[in-house]
Amino acid sequence: MDMLIKGRVWKFGHNVDTDVMAPWNSLTEPWEERRKVILHIRPEFAQEAKPGDIIVAGRNWGCGSSRENAPENLKNLGIGAVVAETYGRIYFRNSVAIAFPNIVCPGVHEAFEEGDEMELDLKTARVRNLTRDIEISGQPYTSEMLNILEKGGLLNVLKERLSNEVGG
Amino acid sequence: MGMTMAEKVLARASGQKRVKAGQYVTASVDRMMAHEAFASCFITLKRLGVNKLYDPDRVVIILDHYFPAPTVRMAQGHKLIRQAVEEFGIKNFLGHAGICHQAMVEGGHVLPGRLILATDSHTTTYGALGAASAGIGVTEMSYVLATGELWMQVPPTIRFDLTGKPVPGIMSKDIVLYIAGEFSTEIAQYRAIEFTGEVAKRMSLASRMTLSNMGVELGAKFAFFEADEKTIDYLKERTTETPSRFGPDPDAEYETEHSVDITALEPQVAVPHNPGNVKPVSEIGDQPVDQAFLGSCTNGRLEDLAVAAQILKGRRVNPGTRLLVTPASQKVMLDATRAGYVETFLEAGAHITPAGCGPCPGGHMGLLASDEVCISSTNRNFRGRMGSPESQLFLGSPATVAASAITGRITDPRQFWSETTLS
Repeated sequence: MDMLIKGRVWKFGHNVDTDVMAPWNSLTEPWEERRKVILHIRPEFAQEAKPGDIIVAGRNWGCGSSRENAPENLKNLGIGAVVAETYGRIYFRNSVAIAFPNIVCPGVHEAFEEGDEMELDLKTARVRNLTRDIEISGQPYTSEMLNILEKGGLLNVLKERLSNEVGG
Repeated sequence: MGMTMAEKVLARASGQKRVKAGQYVTASVDRMMAHEAFASCFITLKRLGVNKLYDPDRVVIILDHYFPAPTVRMAQGHKLIRQAVEEFGIKNFLGHAGICHQAMVEGGHVLPGRLILATDSHTTTYGALGAASAGIGVTEMSYVLATGELWMQVPPTIRFDLTGKPVPGIMSKDIVLYIAGEFSTEIAQYRAIEFTGEVAKRMSLASRMTLSNMGVELGAKFAFFEADEKTIDYLKERTTETPSRFGPDPDAEYETEHSVDITALEPQVAVPHNPGNVKPVSEIGDQPVDQAFLGSCTNGRLEDLAVAAQILKGRRVNPGTRLLVTPASQKVMLDATRAGYVETFLEAGAHITPAGCGPCPGGHMGLLASDEVCISSTNRNFRGRMGSPESQLFLGSPATVAASAITGRITDPRQFWSETTLS
């Protein structure tokens, strides 16, 4: 996984929940249908988001459900990363497990406007607004989380563990 | 310095004498539960070549979100899960006993001091019995099923000391809605909660489960009550193990302690589209409702149905409103039938659905059309949670739901009910 991410910012507010990232009755739909309602609180988002775009959000991003489809939908849409003030904890864990970069960064909501360019270093959690020449620091991943991310997700960690057990 | 309930559980689960808030541990999981999400875990594990679970006896599987199957696709999913249960040799398949959380507790799978992870955010419910329990996603569950363990951070703990004299018309739902409104839905983010105080001690297990259940709506990882005599009495006949009382050390360290005096509390209602948008019912104004829903892992227990039946007895559901009642489990359904509540509901014009999650997650039945309004005893009123993104979802206690069903608008339950479940 590329540890240096650069992209254009979409800005969301506070308390954006898992249900609007992945509405329950869309979960059994084929991807072409499901993708249309991702973050339907801003209908243009799913239409116009480009691979590599970055989401900046306020507090409590991903509050609510344990449905992994919430971060997974964003990842499948090609979103490069989310940087938010705080997260719903289950969403956050799920994002690590599927190797979708999400960085906790107090102050990020103030520091970015929609359309700004961000450069994000996943190793150090350094967040740069290239448009406004601002640099702020997020909370770096722990080494365990970083390891999961670098391996491409918890299932790859499991795969490695299982092959070691068999080998050993 | 002593340990909080969260620290005690995670110390034991990680094989250490003591752990401290903030520390990362690898914890051995005592119970893993999965509902329909198990289908996805099964497919993942098979793809990785896992043919044997770490310990099938620790695993509990149940079908609750989509039972009975509304589509062929769901029926196929259920069929796959039954095959997986067979193939992995899982003895604790609870079938269609009701909502996973209710069935877990009724089945004696929740014991004080245990670490329980499940594929559902409302797994915090088991904190009512002194268990450390949290929701996880399907990837983490696949990992836990294969290895029996998971990385966890030991959370700091905040306390809510519940004091005061309960007034008529109040249920534990009103307390948790009040906390969400007053302290915000982030007050316990990345943290554990311990609910304490006289009010917590006096509460029934059912009332406690409502608070622990909505602990996740306050951001919490775990949402504990001390396991006391009441807990042990309940569990004794449900498990062959010997459950023991469980609480924090007297000198445990807390991040913050909040006192909540319920003496002057009014019935509370969360307005769209967040469980933290809470107002006293008197401030709602004239709000007609198309649907009233009584049920869910938050408020579908016998105690909840009893209050609703008391209110609906000899009255009729408003012709402009449909009242759906979904008992939390088959056992609740049976008990409610024996107690005469089901007859009362039917006489009042309510509709009883099979036990399970019902309309709450928004996939199975009882969905809302655009511009429709629902008053619901559930836990989340996120936009579109129960159907159309243009629908409006209000949350209240079972008493408020029943009273609103009668008048056809959001109504103060004290108009029909002058008791409380908290005394």
